Amino acid sequence: MPRGQASGAGEVQPGGIEQLSERQMSDPQKYRHRFTFAKADPMRFTSHLDLHHAWERTLRRAGVPVMHTRGYNPRPRISLGLALPLGFTSECELIDVWLEEVREPDELLQALQSSAPPGLLIEAVQSVDADQPALQKQILAATYQALLKEAGNISELQARIRDLLESPELPRQRRGKAYDLRPLVESLEARPADGAGILLVMRLSARDAATGRPEEALLSLGLDPLAARIHRKYIHLKS
Amino acid sequence: MDPEAIERELDAILPRVQKPGRYTGGELNQVLKDWAQVPTRVALAFPDIYDLGMSNLGLAILYDILNQQPDVLAERVYAPWSDMEALMRRHGVPLHSLESKRAIADFDILGFSLPYETLYTNALNMLDLTGIPLLSAERERRHPLVIAGGHATFNPEPMADFIDAFVIGEGEEAILEIVRCYEQWKGGSEPRQALLEALSPICGVYVPSLFQVDYRADSTISQVKPLASGIELPVLKRIVPELPPATTRFIVPFIDVSHNRMPIEIMRGCTRGCRFCHAGMVTRPVRERSVGEILDAMEQAQACTGHDEAGLLSLSSSDYSQIQELVRQAGERFAGRHVNLSLPSLRIESLSVELMDLLQDSSRRSGFTLAPEAATERMRSIINKPVPSDQILQTVEEIFKRGWHTIKLYFMIGHPSETLEDVQAIADLSKAIIAKGRSFIGKRARVNVSVSTFVPKSHTPFQWVACESEAQIEAKQDLLRRELRGRGLKLSWTDPQRTMLEAWLSRGDRRMGAVILHAWQRGAKFDAWQEHFDHQAWMQAFGDAGLDPAFYTSRQRALDEILPWDHIDAGVTKKMLVEDYQWSLEGKTRPDCREHCTACGILPKFNDLRRQHPGEIWKCPEVKPVAREKSSQVVSSS
Repeated sequence: MPRGQASGAGEVQPGGIEQLSERQMSDPQKYRHRFTFAKADPMRFTSHLDLHHAWERTLRRAGVPVMHTRGYNPRPRISLGLALPLGFTSECELIDVWLEEVREPDELLQALQSSAPPGLLIEAVQSVDADQPALQKQILAATYQALLKEAGNISELQARIRDLLESPELPRQRRGKAYDLRPLVESLEARPADGAGILLVMRLSARDAATGRPEEALLSLGLDPLAARIHRKYIHLKS
Repeated sequence: MDPEAIERELDAILPRVQKPGRYTGGELNQVLKDWAQVPTRVALAFPDIYDLGMSNLGLAILYDILNQQPDVLAERVYAPWSDMEALMRRHGVPLHSLESKRAIADFDILGFSLPYETLYTNALNMLDLTGIPLLSAERERRHPLVIAGGHATFNPEPMADFIDAFVIGEGEEAILEIVRCYEQWKGGSEPRQALLEALSPICGVYVPSLFQVDYRADSTISQVKPLASGIELPVLKRIVPELPPATTRFIVPFIDVSHNRMPIEIMRGCTRGCRFCHAGMVTRPVRERSVGEILDAMEQAQACTGHDEAGLLSLSSSDYSQIQELVRQAGERFAGRHVNLSLPSLRIESLSVELMDLLQDSSRRSGFTLAPEAATERMRSIINKPVPSDQILQTVEEIFKRGWHTIKLYFMIGHPSETLEDVQAIADLSKAIIAKGRSFIGKRARVNVSVSTFVPKSHTPFQWVACESEAQIEAKQDLLRRELRGRGLKLSWTDPQRTMLEAWLSRGDRRMGAVILHAWQRGAKFDAWQEHFDHQAWMQAFGDAGLDPAFYTSRQRALDEILPWDHIDAGVTKKMLVEDYQWSLEGKTRPDCREHCTACGILPKFNDLRRQHPGEIWKCPEVKPVAREKSSQVVSSS
């Protein structure tokens, strides 16, 4: 079977505790861990699905006892947060990993750091209550930075940004579907980048069925997203 | 262009191509050495896209061997897909390695893997993207040495104009000897020709420019003669007497490739002697790895890669002498660790079903594969793959009973003396199999029938036979398309024009080089990809070169004709091939030579190696010591 077809990767996996064994139920906050990681340059052209596979392999190399889904085709029970578009880098990616056995978070972090491929930099780990909703359900918004090397005049761009933010609506088409980008843009500003160029900083909604895409924001400002280096700075969760 | 400039251009290009992850390098386990500190630099090339090249075990082995040498570095390069190629040409980006982004022309040695013939135009296209002259004769001292190996190069002649030196057979030892020879020459100031002459004595190395081929008026070969003294023919293929420790430190791609698994070769060679099978003839003798070695290799590879599938590779898994033990122990060792095992090429017998059952691999979803190759016992005797028809049906029954829903069947049409009745039998057998499936599991039963077309290959008992014409193949495929319809049945076949291409190139002579060059100039590349294959370009190329394609395909060769590859010795004697061909005409089968040595020629040609490596390492009989003092020398040196 080609990889990834039925692997469940990238799907929203149930976040509840209904899949835990009796032993795990007795201590439900020790089996779910949330890792924060950076997706750096070497991996910026690794798709969301392939990133999922990279995590599976990293966990296997590290010998972490990951819980597996039940059924015909058991898959490691891991759940990536918000998909990062191809070509972007990030310093704030999130993944939930469900374990079969209790492990010390620090020990886990070390094992995974030394097993991760180039470009996957695992920064932190925290325990998460098993009965919290799925990671995707907790995400509200994300902050991005787009580095524009040849964007021209900054005050002219700032004027365009003001116009954009003042528009009551921003009708756009994506993959043949019409939608309004304006309510998805929570903030947007341009500032000079360190060195040369302009840094465009934006906070876009990332709720279920209301996810703003940075390249759409760039397009509506008349910029070429393929000429920009886009980086995710922060994922905002429900507190 | 230097690596920094190439990186800058890539930065602009990569966001605009499909699957840019093919071109970044930097994956887990890649080896990146300090260019300035390493004297000899080798680029290993697979002339198709990354997705396929990364699954090539041969190059992974050579990469590992070369990079283990402190004074050598090896880096990878694959063919850019057309979108990437167009942008590279537009931006003036030369072909470069994935690791250091160095231009390939800056390397010392460029080695191509050529496992099959439909890669030839891609190899030319890659050479063109490097800026190295395409023709070996036009290269100078400053250009990299261009070498090639792989199964297709057992007939090196069609690529003789473009490759400086071929490695015939196994490369594990030869590659280092080539590197050392190159270093010697690089240290001096002699011309390129001196390097080629120095390479030629290395066992298994064939330098085509040191030989001249003469033709008769009827276009057949009159002689192949050395152009310098002290150079001998034939060139005997290279083998390693014992399989070296398995490569386990595989590069792990960031992106999905054609095989996301750790390949572990459990056995090399095959004793079955199927007459159509090139690999079975050219990879003798059979050498196995021990169960312990295989399990350790799997363990190491798993720790290095984290893959969840191990491919236990060989030409015929069922013939690995410890197969049950291997599967049992692998099952125990990896129990609960979510590692699937795949075992290709199983014989059609109930034991195979038991083995697959033990493996619990993903085949329950993808299907159980059987390769009867032909559907009548008469035909199977001719090709020397004798399996009784009722055994096929019994095995099928067992497969459906044990819970598989899908069976994949591999057949070939166009075998010598095949009739429409034999092809009808493929349809009948497939229908009998789906009927069996229905009776056990009802409508869920699926039978995928894959029918390829036989292409006669060099160094096999069928090397003399005529290939069928396009019209004959079409007629047979029409019959199958008419017959194999209906619920649960799926038929796939090979485009007859692509079969013709494979047929020209497989048994081509040195003049075929001009055809390949013209075809590439007319735009042929990615010939193995249906959407790229351009039959017209090839037909025009034959015209340009003044050659007749039918000469290479639909012509029965006389047994005493000098064949273009006769000076390449694959170990099996021509006498044995002739006898086996004649037996095929009588429908006489040859038993598996593990049971009884049939004197194929391997032992006399490699008797020294065999004597130094006695016992179960080879599945051939022991060789008696010839003379007392000679054998004692061997003992002391081993």
